[in-house]
Amino acid sequence: MIHQVLFIIFGGICVAGALNLLLQKHPISSALSLIVVMGSLAALYLLLGAQFVAAIQVIVYAGAIMVLFVFVIMLLNAGKEEHTKGSRIAMWFGVPSVAALLGMVLFILLQRGKVDYQIELGAFARPTREVAILLFRDYLLPFEVTSVLILVAIMGAVVLARKEQ
Amino acid sequence: MTLTPELKDALLFVAIIVVKILVITHVLLGACAYTVWLERKLIGRMQNRWGPTRVGWFGLLQPLADALKFIVKEDLLPPGVNRPLFLLAPLLAVALGLTSLAVIPFGETVTIAGHTEALQISGMTDPNGGGNAPIFDPNVGLLIILGVTSIGVYAIALSGWSSNSKYSLLGSLRASAQMISYELALGLSLVGVVMLGSSLSLREIVNGQAAPAAATGWHQIGFLHWNFFSGFQFVAFFIYLTAAFAETNRIPFDLPEAETELVAGYHTEYSAMKFAMFFIAEYANMFTAASIATLLFLGGWHSPFEGLSFIPSLPLPAIVAAFVPTFWFVLKIAFFIFFYIWVRGTLPRFRYDQLMGFGWKILLPASIANIIVTSAIVAWRAAP
Repeated sequence: MIHQVLFIIFGGICVAGALNLLLQKHPISSALSLIVVMGSLAALYLLLGAQFVAAIQVIVYAGAIMVLFVFVIMLLNAGKEEHTKGSRIAMWFGVPSVAALLGMVLFILLQRGKVDYQIELGAFARPTREVAILLFRDYLLPFEVTSVLILVAIMGAVVLARKEQ
Repeated sequence: MTLTPELKDALLFVAIIVVKILVITHVLLGACAYTVWLERKLIGRMQNRWGPTRVGWFGLLQPLADALKFIVKEDLLPPGVNRPLFLLAPLLAVALGLTSLAVIPFGETVTIAGHTEALQISGMTDPNGGGNAPIFDPNVGLLIILGVTSIGVYAIALSGWSSNSKYSLLGSLRASAQMISYELALGLSLVGVVMLGSSLSLREIVNGQAAPAAATGWHQIGFLHWNFFSGFQFVAFFIYLTAAFAETNRIPFDLPEAETELVAGYHTEYSAMKFAMFFIAEYANMFTAASIATLLFLGGWHSPFEGLSFIPSLPLPAIVAAFVPTFWFVLKIAFFIFFYIWVRGTLPRFRYDQLMGFGWKILLPASIANIIVTSAIVAWRAAP
C-alpha cells in the first residue's frame, strides 16, 4: 500500500516537473525543473528496488550533467525567452503528428490492456553484482561500443568548437 | 476502532523510524553547535587567546547565545535577488547536509524491551530476532552519499547566482568548480575500499574490517584489519581526506569564502537564520565526511583492541554494551573534527591555480594509481 502511495506521489512530482519545464519562461527555472524530474525518476527506480540505477541516476544525471546545464545558463546569463508567433510548419505539421503519436500510444496501451504479466513493485531488487555481470560480461561489446560512440561525440564537439587558424 | 496486527506493525515501524530520525538529527545539530564552540576555543588556544569565555563556564553556553542571536536578528531580503531561488538555496543546503545521515551506520543493534532495532536510520532488522539478527541496509549506501554530495553543488551555485551580487557569484563559481574537480578524486579514492569490501553497502564494508573470530597470533589485533592498514589504503585515505577538505570548503581550500577577497563568498547576502543554515550545512558535511573516513578506512564502530582476549571486557549492562561500538565510532569522528580544526590553525590558504593544479595533476593520477595497485592486491589475494 505504501508503495502505491509513494508511486503516485513521485509520479505526480515527475509529471509536474516536466510540465513546469515546458511552461517556465526563465531557463534556470526550466533546468531546475528538469533536475526535479531526474530526482523523482530516481525515486521511481528505488520503488522498483533498482537501488544502483537510482543512485547512478542521481549522480550522473541530476549531479553531473545538470550541473553543466545550470552552469552554462548562469555564465551566459541567459535572459527570459521571447515568444514568437509560432511557425506555420509547427502549426500544420506538428500538432497532427503529436495527435497521431498520442493516439498510437493510447491504442497500443488499450489493445494490450489485459496483459498476463505485470511489473511488480520491487521487482528489480538485485545486488549491484548482477548489474556488473550484465555490463561487463554478457553485454560487454555493446557497452564498450557505446563508450567509443561517446568519444566520437566529444571529438566532434572539439572539432566544431575549434577556431580555424 | 481496533488495530489489526499488520497495521499495528506498520504504525510501530513508522513511529520507530520517526524517533530515530528525530534523535539522530538533534544529536547532529547539537554536535554542530558545539563543534563551533570547540573550533573557537581550539583556534583561540592555538593563537594564544582564550576564545569564548563570557557565556557560561568556559563559554559553554556560547552556542545557545549564538543560536538565539541568529533567530532574533532581522531577516534581510536584499533588493534585486531572485526571490524563490534565494530562499530555496539555504533550505537545499541544510536538507542535503542532513540527508546523508540516513544511510550512515553507527553501531550494530540495540534491544530495548525485547524490541531489536538497528543503529542506522535506514537499517532494518527482525524486531524479535534478538541481538544477533542480520541487519539489512541500502546496498548502495556509499553511492547515495556521493549522490547527495553531488546535488549539494546546486545549493551553493544557486545561492551565488540568485543573490545578484558579484562577490556571491564569484564565490559560488569557485565553490562549484572546486567541488566538481575534487569529487572526481574523492570518488576514485573510494574505489579501492569498495573492491576490498566487494560491496557498496557501508555496513558490509565495515563488517569486512572486523577481526575474524578464528584469528590467531597478531591477526587478533583489531586495528590491523582496518582498510587503512590491511588493505594498504593509506594513499587513498590521504587523497580522500584532502578531497574532503575541499568538498567541505575548509581551510586550506576555503577559497569560496575567502574573507580577504570575497567578503564571505556565496553567502555574503544572507543574514540571520538563512546564514545559519549554510553554517549548519557546512558542519553537517564535515560530520558526513568524517563518518565516511571512519567507516571506510578506520573500521567504523569496531574497537581498535577488538579480538585481544587478554583485555577483560567490562561488566556493563546490555543496554550500555550495545552503545560501546557507537562510542568508538564517535571517538573516531571526534578525532577527524579535531583534525579539521588543527589544520585550520596550521595551514594558510592555497592560491586558486594551485588548488586546481593539485586536484587535477596530483590527486586524480594518484587515486587512479591506487586503484591499479589495489586491484593487483585483490587479484593476488584471490589467486589460489
